[in-house]
Amino acid sequence: MNDMQFLTWVRGTGLDIALSIFVLGVLWRLFEIYSLGRKPDLTAPRHAAGASGLHTIFRRTLPAEGMLKRAPVSIIGGTAFHIGLAIVVFLFAPHILLIKNLTGLSWPGLPSQFIDLVAVVTMAAMVVVLVDRINKPVKRYLSTFGDWFAWTLTFLPVLTGWMAVQHLLLPYTTMLAIHILTVELLLVFLPFTKLFHAFTAFGSRWYIGKINGHKGVAV
Amino acid sequence: MHGPLIDTLARQGVTRRTFMKYCATLASMMALPPAAGRAMAEAMASAPAATRRPSVIWLPFQECTGCTESITRSHSPTLEGLIFDAISLDYQETLMAAAGHQAEEALHAAMKANEGKYLLIVDGSIPLGLDGAYSCIAGKSNLDTLKEVAKGAAAIVAMGSCAAYGGIPKANPNPTGAVSVSDIIKDKPIINIPGCPPIPVVMTGVLAHFLTFGSLPEMDSKGRPKAFYGETIHDRCYRRPFYDQGKFAKTFDDEGARNGWCLFELGCKGPVTYNACATVKWNGGTSWPVESGHGCLGCSEPDFWDAGGFYKALSMPADPLKMASTAAIAGAAAGVAISFANRGKKSAAKSAHETTTLADLEK
Repeated sequence: MNDMQFLTWVRGTGLDIALSIFVLGVLWRLFEIYSLGRKPDLTAPRHAAGASGLHTIFRRTLPAEGMLKRAPVSIIGGTAFHIGLAIVVFLFAPHILLIKNLTGLSWPGLPSQFIDLVAVVTMAAMVVVLVDRINKPVKRYLSTFGDWFAWTLTFLPVLTGWMAVQHLLLPYTTMLAIHILTVELLLVFLPFTKLFHAFTAFGSRWYIGKINGHKGVAV
Repeated sequence: MHGPLIDTLARQGVTRRTFMKYCATLASMMALPPAAGRAMAEAMASAPAATRRPSVIWLPFQECTGCTESITRSHSPTLEGLIFDAISLDYQETLMAAAGHQAEEALHAAMKANEGKYLLIVDGSIPLGLDGAYSCIAGKSNLDTLKEVAKGAAAIVAMGSCAAYGGIPKANPNPTGAVSVSDIIKDKPIINIPGCPPIPVVMTGVLAHFLTFGSLPEMDSKGRPKAFYGETIHDRCYRRPFYDQGKFAKTFDDEGARNGWCLFELGCKGPVTYNACATVKWNGGTSWPVESGHGCLGCSEPDFWDAGGFYKALSMPADPLKMASTAAIAGAAAGVAISFANRGKKSAAKSAHETTTLADLEK
């Protein structure tokens, strides 16, 4: 298999397999999780300002009081790489073109040099949070294989995409194919790892906010 | 500097100075040191009598003659033709006056007289299906001819994408079983000059290198001369700034197309195509595909014909997604089935629940 055949495979059969597993996994888990439901709370609801599912969704996007000082690396690094990922994934013109082709939706992109800068910042932030996880004994103790695996799955597409654009290590064609392959690996594993928080984070915040809101507690 | 070539050129109105400039350009294009231009000029100019010029045999197999057309278009009235004055093109079916048995005699005479020294140029792929019966010349299959002529060659130039990588004849489903020269010949130095057709100056540059240094120039992993195939079309494209700014033509006749914006979204394969079109251009530097408003097809890359379609952007799926909708249904069904199973478990636990009373505890 030469590099062009490799690229055509990841753009064709590989993408088909990966997207299918992704869609299958996402729908399966969403149905499974949201159908679990909760027992109806028969107590009389207490009302308090700022206590609702929607409030919690927004509130938990910002660091809790005092947390920025206690865990600056997690919060700044974590926020930086999440925003960076969103920019790189959704605002790079070739990516938008793929999304348009798959869903019909499209929006304007950003200049490629800016995306390049964001990719570097994203990778730096990801490395910092990884080092922090390794250095802090508690974090290291709490980390399982799933955490290391999820980090790797997320980091590789950014790294290979950036290397392809920068023409590093391998010819562009091969690196582009590897980049697409790493994205496909991410798609395959996303529904079955902690990365599924991309689909459940806001839902679970809503749940928590709603339960606490019923009790009149704004958290 | 004197020699038969210089005299011939003088008669055609080409000055020695123009000739030297051409050689210097060729050398710089191939990223050779400045002295190489002079060495090339000397090697070509000093080619003595016509009978002793290096022999070149050109074999056409499963091809469309586009490669020959490309070379001959550049021949007149430009200086590309100089190179051909320095060689003895002993067999080229399209260009030679001889035909039939005479042509075959010329081929065998050249092979015999220049055993081990001649340069073999091949254009077209070689069919292996039906024992090679898909393409025969003088009653012999291309496979047999190639093996026979390659035996005495000093080096082989696989001219065009068909000879280099199989090209269009090898495109899926490859009915003739077409293969490239390097799939068959393993014991000779082979240089690939892919393109559909290849750029004339690449061809003449490689010939000039062979004439001057007696060897083939430095090659990349796909057997192409690095000097011409070292960078992608995209990296050398004059429309590249528009790509970086995110300005794309969406159709062939929209405002973006008229403004000369990037053709990536219209399927341009420039980012994955290594060739010199963007710098050398075509027809004596007049224009090239992207300049004329059409994306690069990627014709100098292996299997360009089967790389997902010419009008699909590189970041789009190469084939239609076949399994995704089935997967969506299967995923939803699996989710619903598991929810029912979970609910079943829940209600089973509920019904199996036994209430413990104080009396039970006091037992």
